[in-house]
Amino acid sequence: MIQIEVDNITIEAKEGETILNALQRNGINVPTLCHMEDLLPSGACRICVVEVEGMRGLVPSCSYPVSAGMKIKSRSPRVINARKTVTQLLLANHPDDCLYCNRSANCELQDLSVELGVRQRLYKGERTKSRLDVSSPSIVRDPDKCILCGRCIRACEEIQTVSAIDFIRRGSKAAVGTAFDTGLNVSSCINCGQCVVVCPTGALTERSNVEDVLAALSDPNKVVVVQHAPAISVTIAEEFGVKAGSDYDGKLVAALRRMGFDRVFDTSFSADLTIMEEGSELVDRIKNSGVLPMITSCSPGWIKFVETFFPELLPNVSSCKSPQQMLGALIKTFYAEHQGLDPDNIVSVSIMPCTAKKFEAKRAEFSYQNRQDVDYVLTTRELAQLMRMTGVNMDQLPPDSADNPFGERSSAGKIFGASGGVMEAALRSAHYLLTGDELSELKIPALRGSKDRKEVFLEVGGTKIGVAVVSGLGNARSLMEEIKAGRDDIHFIEVMACPNGCVGGGGQPIGVDREAVKERMKTLYTIDRDDSLRLSHKNEQVLRLYKEYLGEPLGEKSHALLHTHYRTREVLR
Amino acid sequence: MTTNVDAILAQYDGAQRDSLIPILQQVQAAEGYLSQDAIVRIGEKLNLPTSKIYGVATFYNQFRFQPQGKNHFMVCRGTACHVKGSGKLLEKLSQATGVEPGKTSRDGLFSIEVVACMGACALAPAISISDHFYPKVTPSKIDQLLVEMRSEPEKN
Repeated sequence: MIQIEVDNITIEAKEGETILNALQRNGINVPTLCHMEDLLPSGACRICVVEVEGMRGLVPSCSYPVSAGMKIKSRSPRVINARKTVTQLLLANHPDDCLYCNRSANCELQDLSVELGVRQRLYKGERTKSRLDVSSPSIVRDPDKCILCGRCIRACEEIQTVSAIDFIRRGSKAAVGTAFDTGLNVSSCINCGQCVVVCPTGALTERSNVEDVLAALSDPNKVVVVQHAPAISVTIAEEFGVKAGSDYDGKLVAALRRMGFDRVFDTSFSADLTIMEEGSELVDRIKNSGVLPMITSCSPGWIKFVETFFPELLPNVSSCKSPQQMLGALIKTFYAEHQGLDPDNIVSVSIMPCTAKKFEAKRAEFSYQNRQDVDYVLTTRELAQLMRMTGVNMDQLPPDSADNPFGERSSAGKIFGASGGVMEAALRSAHYLLTGDELSELKIPALRGSKDRKEVFLEVGGTKIGVAVVSGLGNARSLMEEIKAGRDDIHFIEVMACPNGCVGGGGQPIGVDREAVKERMKTLYTIDRDDSLRLSHKNEQVLRLYKEYLGEPLGEKSHALLHTHYRTREVLR
Repeated sequence: MTTNVDAILAQYDGAQRDSLIPILQQVQAAEGYLSQDAIVRIGEKLNLPTSKIYGVATFYNQFRFQPQGKNHFMVCRGTACHVKGSGKLLEKLSQATGVEPGKTSRDGLFSIEVVACMGACALAPAISISDHFYPKVTPSKIDQLLVEMRSEPEKN
């Protein structure tokens, strides 16, 4: 520990840490824009400058290390004036269309100008006039609103190792773009949306389907069916200021009904179904020396990643559709038949914490008899908007429960929302499938938490099984490299494209609030701890579905409706 | 075409990302431009994403991404030429050919490159067309040259 002086007060700092870190830990607020926790400093935006005695110029606190006896001024007129000027320069070529901006009232640039008291346009820079990039089904780019902080680039490169985007050109023509400045849809973008949640302005947003869903809801001839993913109920309330980790499952269902959805289903049901199929596929691969390790296929960002960067590992990826697509397929086949509905009159909507799900729903593989399994995907953020638009207030609604037959779920299906949850659910059921007995302890602590990689080795019915869990595609990439290099002690891998899994998904509330993500995760596991039904293979509705319609896991009907195939993607990597 | 790139990359065994710019320069010298294919190969060699290579290459004026035109204009934008009106000249050329600096016309007849100084300050404003120098160029001279080039019968 060393001592530094800040605004005439002595504080403790750790040797080697940045000024910003020391200040923040001591309760001194410094605004940041380009700074990203856990990543190397970039020092690009200069909004975090402070005065350091003996230094000629102002110093960017995010990228300057403390030293013993350093004397810092964090709020001198010079500092505040510099920060204000930086903001004004950023605004110089910014389109003044806050009223119409998706991020109005949730924008870091707006916040800064409010905080620093910017009340007029002082500088007028030449406005760039770029076209919107609406080529991607998941993400819309509006380069005019970009302030070149580089956070999207770093999320894409350093966290996800996708590098679909980078700074291109120079000076006043500099922009964030893809290789050869193409649309996102033909780049190596895997649609995960991690760039969207870190974007401080409205330069990156999800491709909204709110209007499409509103139109469907108001069409009397349509039966609008909705499914909600496991991570939604533990997140949605945050959009309305409720503290992170509050589970609004029942209220969410009630709100969806109130908004006019004709049937409300729970994707956790098809998560249970996924476990039945995927668990059986794993057992089959182990027993019949199939391709191992088997890798999960729930995360559409991960699927596009493996198709783009590791096509040689496609035989390792489970052929199971994701829970969203399984339920989508069942709604327009089994359920339509069962209810005497014309599948062409069904509009199938899903609420997902994910932008890649929008892409997944549009994939040609996910249609049956020329109908897409899922028609529209709304992110958590869009759902909140829909609730506001329609004036539905979850807090005032009595909890309701989802419709059958796709409303019942085990808590094993529910924990799909956290990284490690699919694996835990799968092991519970695989153990049963392999041995006929239940695990003595259902909780597998080594699979929980936020670690980059979680590996567990256990014995199931005399067979030693190794499993690994990774989230964040950088972590997935390093594990895949090990597998390619010949590592063979792992039989089953769970991969989630987003750090911490769906609770940290690209469709979740803006901003990477690590504490909030942790709370969401904790709540999922609390739900699991307290649930009476904790095993996917004990879900009565799933078992009934097999008995009455599907036959058996991996059977003929299952293959037609619940399984898929993948393709190599030839894009500029 | 690709053998050029392969031959260049072969000289860079074990190279790291700091070799990127020399490689780009050599590839462009050999092929006249940086093709998509070349960028992909360079990326594979240096283990760099194509977006990053494109980002670096677009930072510098010297790199182009389309083959040079039959008539490759280099317009000097150095200080002396600037004072003598090279800005207007570039604008005129760009407008008359419909080609942006750094690009090539669709018919492959014209391409334009902007350079910082050709070392011919006494002859400002200077341009070169396919390595042939033209001193003290005026907008009307541009018109005249373009007429000649356009009416030139298909040679070789």
